[in-house]
Amino acid sequence: MTAALKVAGLVKQYRQARALDGVDLEVNQGEFFGLLGPNGAGKTTLINILAGLAQATEGSAEVMGFDVVRDYAQSRRALGVVPQELVYDPFFTAREVLRVQSGYFGIRRNDDWIEHVLHNLGLTPHADKNMRTLSGGMKRRVLVAQALVHKPPVIVLDEPTAGVDVDLRQTLWQFIRSLNQEGHTVVLTTHYLEEAETLCERIAMLKQGRLVALDSTRNLLSRRHEHQAQLKLDGEPPVSLGLRHGQGGCWLFGFQEYAELETLLAGLRTAGVKVFEMQLLEPDLEDVFTEIIQSA
Amino acid sequence: MTGFSTLLYKELLRFWKVAFQTILAPIVTAMLYLLIFSHVLEERVQVYPGISYTTFLVPGLVMMSMLQNAFANSSSSLIQSKITGNIVFVLVAPLSYLEFFSAYLMAAVIRGVVVGIGVGVATVWFTDLPLMHPLWLLALTILSTGILAALGIIAGMWADKFDQLAAFQNFLIMPLTFLSGVFYSIHSLPPFWQATSHWNPVFYMIDGFRWGFFGHADVAPGLSLLVVAACFVAISGFTLLLLKRGYKLRH
Repeated sequence: MTAALKVAGLVKQYRQARALDGVDLEVNQGEFFGLLGPNGAGKTTLINILAGLAQATEGSAEVMGFDVVRDYAQSRRALGVVPQELVYDPFFTAREVLRVQSGYFGIRRNDDWIEHVLHNLGLTPHADKNMRTLSGGMKRRVLVAQALVHKPPVIVLDEPTAGVDVDLRQTLWQFIRSLNQEGHTVVLTTHYLEEAETLCERIAMLKQGRLVALDSTRNLLSRRHEHQAQLKLDGEPPVSLGLRHGQGGCWLFGFQEYAELETLLAGLRTAGVKVFEMQLLEPDLEDVFTEIIQSA
Repeated sequence: MTGFSTLLYKELLRFWKVAFQTILAPIVTAMLYLLIFSHVLEERVQVYPGISYTTFLVPGLVMMSMLQNAFANSSSSLIQSKITGNIVFVLVAPLSYLEFFSAYLMAAVIRGVVVGIGVGVATVWFTDLPLMHPLWLLALTILSTGILAALGIIAGMWADKFDQLAAFQNFLIMPLTFLSGVFYSIHSLPPFWQATSHWNPVFYMIDGFRWGFFGHADVAPGLSLLVVAACFVAISGFTLLLLKRGYKLRH
């Protein structure tokens, strides 16, 4: 099956900086895919190349098998991008913006789908208001609607929930999940790692323009070498046991093998320190992300 | 084709929604020029035999208003879209650079023509303007406003801030239009400035346009049409080249 997105040897060189340094990546059709990385990692540059907003210095990029330069019309029809910045046209209402955007993609009489998108994003009461008068959250919803107006098989969301309220997040993810279940491929970049952990089946991590990890979310989570135990004690443990202060008066113990826990408990017993409570902490994506980015 | 017509519609709707500023204001400005210059010079200057100064002035003012507004439309629309960031919605769409060019150009030409018609209609109370070659006027109007519309696209692409666009307008467009014979015949100038005026393409737009009304001009009308048509082809070609390369639009 044709990959939803495919980039090969992608390089983007600005005058001083190398924003992308030979990235190879494939996203399968129907996937919910996460693209993570610290600021300046090259995520937005990669998205811009896919959307035709930037030109690659080297390498190739395809959307649904269409080269973004040679077959730009088909590749752009296959892609819907929600940009990171909160941009809008102050001359028009939300509904006008969506009708115009449909027209850009060669779609006339798209009102039924526009109504569907407006309804699902909670925009119906605001559809005929000028964009200038909408709140930041509402403008963000219109941006999402604009990206979906031509029913693209691939949807790219570049930090869509940055600075927005819980209500929008829930509405947005509910709608995007339903689109994904209908077969749309979704690529998400976000700094809210719990979102990526919950939503994405596979995750790629970028650092300084290079791909430093690409795996299923489950495999990435199991990649973390160090487990952690959180303990509540009745006194100060000996320094030699390697415990460090955690939150709420708790102590944290990092270990590789479970046998190390026995050694710890024996050490505490010998020191006369009682254990009131012990809890094993599951690694989350934030730990994995930090570990991978720091070691890359 | 739908993409092109939608972009054209959007551009027309954009200036129509602020018609007070984009249509009415330039008409009022042109009328102020007409009132002041005709009041001061009507009795003192006669450029062509049998044609009053006010009548001589009107075609120049109409053309000047059309040119300035054609430039203003494409340049301001582009820079606003670039600065606010909403240009991204056009750039992610499957529009060709030719469609992009044609839509911005046509919208700017239409605004120029609407303002020109407005100025022309407003002056009927001041003078009885003959109309000797209407098809000629139409051709020169489209080509001339097309040149300024294309220049507006170049300026809008090039400028990163309003300040740079204002510099383009104040140091290039305004001198070219004001020193093109809108308010005078170049025959009234010293020989050096007469010769210099022949290097100003806007002079041919104004002079050729005036010929369409009176059948009188400072240079042969065929030469005016030729210069204007050549400039249109050259500037449009250059604009298309920049758009194809995505100059300052696609990084």
